[in-house]
Amino acid sequence: MSDLDALRLEALTAVASATELSEIEALRVQYLGKKGAITSQLKTLGQLPEADRPGAGARINQVKTEVDAAINARWQSQTAIAEAAKVQASAIDVTLPGRGLQRGALHPVSLVLERIEQFFHSVGFESVVGPEIEDDYHNFEALNLPAHHPARAMHDTFYLTDSLLLRTHTSPVQVRTMESQKPPFRIICPGKTYRVDPPDPSHLPMFHQVEGLMVDEHCSFADLKGMITEFLRVFFERDDLKVRFRPSYFPFTEPSAEVDVQCVHCSGTGHCRVCSSTGWLEVMGSGMVHPRVLEMSGIDSEKYLGFAFGMGPERLAMLRYGVSDMRHFVENDLRFLEQFQ
Amino acid sequence: MKFSEQWLREWVNPKLSTQALVSQITMAGLEVDSVEPAAAILSQVVVGEILSAEPHPNADKLKVCTVSSGTDSHQVVCGAPNARPGIKVPFALVGAKLDDFKIKKAKLRGVESFGMLCSERELGLSENHEGLMELADDAPVGADINGYLLLDDNIIEVDLTPNRSDCLGIIGLARETGLMNNLDVCTPDMQPVAAAHNDEVAVHLAALEGCPRFVGRVVRDVDLTATTPLWLTEKLRRSGIRSIDPVVDVTNYIMLELNQPMHAYDLNRLTGDITVRESTKGEQLTLLNGNQTTLAAGTLLITDASGPIGMAGIMGGASTAVQSDTRDIYLEAAFFAPIAIAGRARAYSMHTDAAHRFERGVDYQGQVRAMERATQLLLMIAGGRPGPLVDTVNEADLPQAVEVRLRAARVARVLGMDIDDADIENILKRLEFEFCLDPTGEDRAWLVQSPSHRFDINIEADLIEEISRIIGYEALPVTQPVATLSMLEATETQSSGKRLKQRLIDRGYSEAISYSFVDSDLQQRLSPEAIAVALKNPLSSEMSVMRTTLVGGLLKALVHNQNRQQTNVRLFEIGLVFHQHDQSVLSFDTIAQQEQLAMVLSGQRFPEGWANSSDSVDFFDLKGDLEALLGEPGLTFQACEISGFQVGQSARILKDNVPLGQIGLLEASVAAQFDLRAPAYVAEIDLALALRQHVPSVQEVSKYPGVRRDIAILVARSVTATSVRSVIEMSAGDTLLHLKLFDVYMGKGIDPNQKSVGLGLTFQHPSRTLTDEEINTAMAEVVQALESELQAQLR
Repeated sequence: MSDLDALRLEALTAVASATELSEIEALRVQYLGKKGAITSQLKTLGQLPEADRPGAGARINQVKTEVDAAINARWQSQTAIAEAAKVQASAIDVTLPGRGLQRGALHPVSLVLERIEQFFHSVGFESVVGPEIEDDYHNFEALNLPAHHPARAMHDTFYLTDSLLLRTHTSPVQVRTMESQKPPFRIICPGKTYRVDPPDPSHLPMFHQVEGLMVDEHCSFADLKGMITEFLRVFFERDDLKVRFRPSYFPFTEPSAEVDVQCVHCSGTGHCRVCSSTGWLEVMGSGMVHPRVLEMSGIDSEKYLGFAFGMGPERLAMLRYGVSDMRHFVENDLRFLEQFQ
Repeated sequence: MKFSEQWLREWVNPKLSTQALVSQITMAGLEVDSVEPAAAILSQVVVGEILSAEPHPNADKLKVCTVSSGTDSHQVVCGAPNARPGIKVPFALVGAKLDDFKIKKAKLRGVESFGMLCSERELGLSENHEGLMELADDAPVGADINGYLLLDDNIIEVDLTPNRSDCLGIIGLARETGLMNNLDVCTPDMQPVAAAHNDEVAVHLAALEGCPRFVGRVVRDVDLTATTPLWLTEKLRRSGIRSIDPVVDVTNYIMLELNQPMHAYDLNRLTGDITVRESTKGEQLTLLNGNQTTLAAGTLLITDASGPIGMAGIMGGASTAVQSDTRDIYLEAAFFAPIAIAGRARAYSMHTDAAHRFERGVDYQGQVRAMERATQLLLMIAGGRPGPLVDTVNEADLPQAVEVRLRAARVARVLGMDIDDADIENILKRLEFEFCLDPTGEDRAWLVQSPSHRFDINIEADLIEEISRIIGYEALPVTQPVATLSMLEATETQSSGKRLKQRLIDRGYSEAISYSFVDSDLQQRLSPEAIAVALKNPLSSEMSVMRTTLVGGLLKALVHNQNRQQTNVRLFEIGLVFHQHDQSVLSFDTIAQQEQLAMVLSGQRFPEGWANSSDSVDFFDLKGDLEALLGEPGLTFQACEISGFQVGQSARILKDNVPLGQIGLLEASVAAQFDLRAPAYVAEIDLALALRQHVPSVQEVSKYPGVRRDIAILVARSVTATSVRSVIEMSAGDTLLHLKLFDVYMGKGIDPNQKSVGLGLTFQHPSRTLTDEEINTAMAEVVQALESELQAQLR
């Protein structure tokens, strides 16, 4: 019997020191295979006296089970080690940059336009666009700016012919809408506008405007104040933003107001290059639509009232994003644009 | 309009700080642009008198002066050329401060100097530094210069809107300030001046609409050598006007004070009567500034027997101008109607202060007042004997005060606030409007007449604006509009531009915005067929025509980036392009204004990176982007020669067989013209067509498995993928689900005129499993069709 004990010890020792899965498999064959050393012990049972056989058989089977379990356990543990090693070998540097394209960026002026549209669409304003080459009538006359009106001096105009021009504001879109549709209206007119201004840090010969128009039976200056104030607070994301309405003059509105906001840079605290230390920034023009403008477009100015407003997305983008020079908006430098990703 | 704060305060002096006053003026609708001190801040600068001026022993250009400061005399070394005994000059004592500069005892070339004699620039009054500022002979020696020169003042500049020309004079600003503060305005004495003789010039008004009133007066024996007093020249200076001689100074003063431009003629150079009439075409006039002008028809003129002697309300003529030897003058204060002046000054490029006022409108009752005040001042300064004031007027052609009906209910409706009748009446009163309750009494209303200085009040809205302005916009309520809800249209057959932009951005493109006006020659290279619309007044030749394509702008942007080490460029732009339909007369209807999308692609496919290939982009990158953008179904690309594009790498793009635009590699010579450093692929499409989309109509998805068969064929290189596809689609039968073109190979092992094309065909039946036999039959059909129609060989 000492043979079996020795065999058991030898097998268990061998299993414990085997590392390769193939080695472990070989040990299984060596000890537990059909011709394996331990299996062979069963064949010697016949030589034992009858009475000893059951006891001896049981002992051999016990050793066989024990070695089998040891082999399985070893197999599993070595498999796990091998798996772990494989996983470890496939580890990557997750901080390396990802593969493929970077996304592009929306132009900041579009970004501002989209936000403006979003706010006004949410209260039922519709975006309307129109031609950039306009006729004198829609750009000026229908807006109460007849030929030689001194206010035309405020609109340095690019002309194509004596009566064709590049629109100086998007108000002609409002005129075209009023001419072709019936009130009530709630529209905003975003688009490009042109004035004869050489490019410099605060001027471009081509820039954008969003003008808004609401015409309804009940529509007051107080409503204009409410809507504009709300818009500016939403735009600048400041609930307590101070908004100031200041009397001004536009030929197409009356009363007219310039709209100032509290300086978003210094919050009105003084020494500031953004607001020239005035504490206020002029951001919009607005007013009640001039009755003559309504009438010229065939709208009964006794029944309907309207308010209109206009703003420059470039100016708003400069204030909102800290752009210091208007010319950046037309250079299309990727190092500038990609900051708006 | 620039003016002295003290001048305004002489007329009306509210108890407000400068800052509060300025803010009040701004909030009244007269926007203050700037406030600046009238002079540098000075201390210990006095009126000095030069008692003697001896040459400096060691310097030719310096003088050693003895200067009296009233109580003491001081030795001062001075380099000014006009330093001479007897003159009175500003004298900065030792210890004086001029702005931040402190005067100390000094030694100049070995001679001690105690203080400094000052030029205008050193006092911060002007840029004049030619010599010492010479003060009047009667200047009190030793007096503090701030007090003597009235320097404790600010220069306020208001940016007036065109409707408020009544404030182009102190009189108007004072009225506004008075009414804002409920204060009376003290007007200076403008009593009639008694005539000392009876000389008159007869005036004939022959253009009544343009000039219904002409006030004139002869003043004899005026002394042009008299010195205009400092208080007057300082006011002029603070409004940005230089002192010339007493006559010009007085007329300028009246313009600034009473907002009435005036003109003075040399009486002895006038010939006969004055007639105000319109010009006929081609008449000649030499103006005060020496310009010889050929007149267009319809310009309002002042003429005498010799012909035109002035362009009314714009500029006087040279032939009758007051000169140094003038003794007798004729003064004019006229009302020229805005309609007669507006546009003329600009047409002749003469934007004068007078024209600026007349084209916006002056008070049509202000001429007599202005003439009396001017005469008084002139007599005071330069003496002379006035003749009678002659007011030649045609009342019927003067502007008529309009009676405007103001309804209380309308005020409330427009402003969103009820305003007490008493408040409205008080405001009207303060504005000097005449009014009475509407006697018809249908509703609460007033009949209102504006004073002659406010010709911007013609309709009810004008009055409502005035009321709201005086109440203050800040005092008006803030409400949100209430309106009937209505939904916005949102058609599904048209995608939004916003969504398209987002897709482009997700595919790596950034949005560009470039000028709508471009260089004509460069554009010609890109799209020679298009007829561009030219600007009449472009800023430069590089911005002279309207773009017919967006590509030019994108290429400029590409170069800008390439020149700044940004070589991987993907840009797009959405905007209008402008075409003239044909060479016929340009009008609104002969110009097409179409919204386009253009894209440019250059550099490497991916940003440089450890995991990215460094391949350059090619045609198929851009095509793939377009396919992703527009959706493959219905989209076709036809090889096509297009000007500006490289032959063999350009195509016309169609969607549902409608031409949409073009795509291709920019031709090398064009790229060179734009200074491109690397090849650029560009595409441009019609945006409205590109945004069209189908409302989805779903096909049932088959539950049965699809079977894929791959084949490789050899075809001539000229056979296009589209033709292979159409042959297969025609021959494979209804059960062909997809066709994938998975490989194209040209090169080693293949006839150089041929290419190998790998194709994967997937078959599927909607309601059962296909048998091998069915698929084999279909494949056999396909192969046969390829062989017979494209001379393809199965590999």
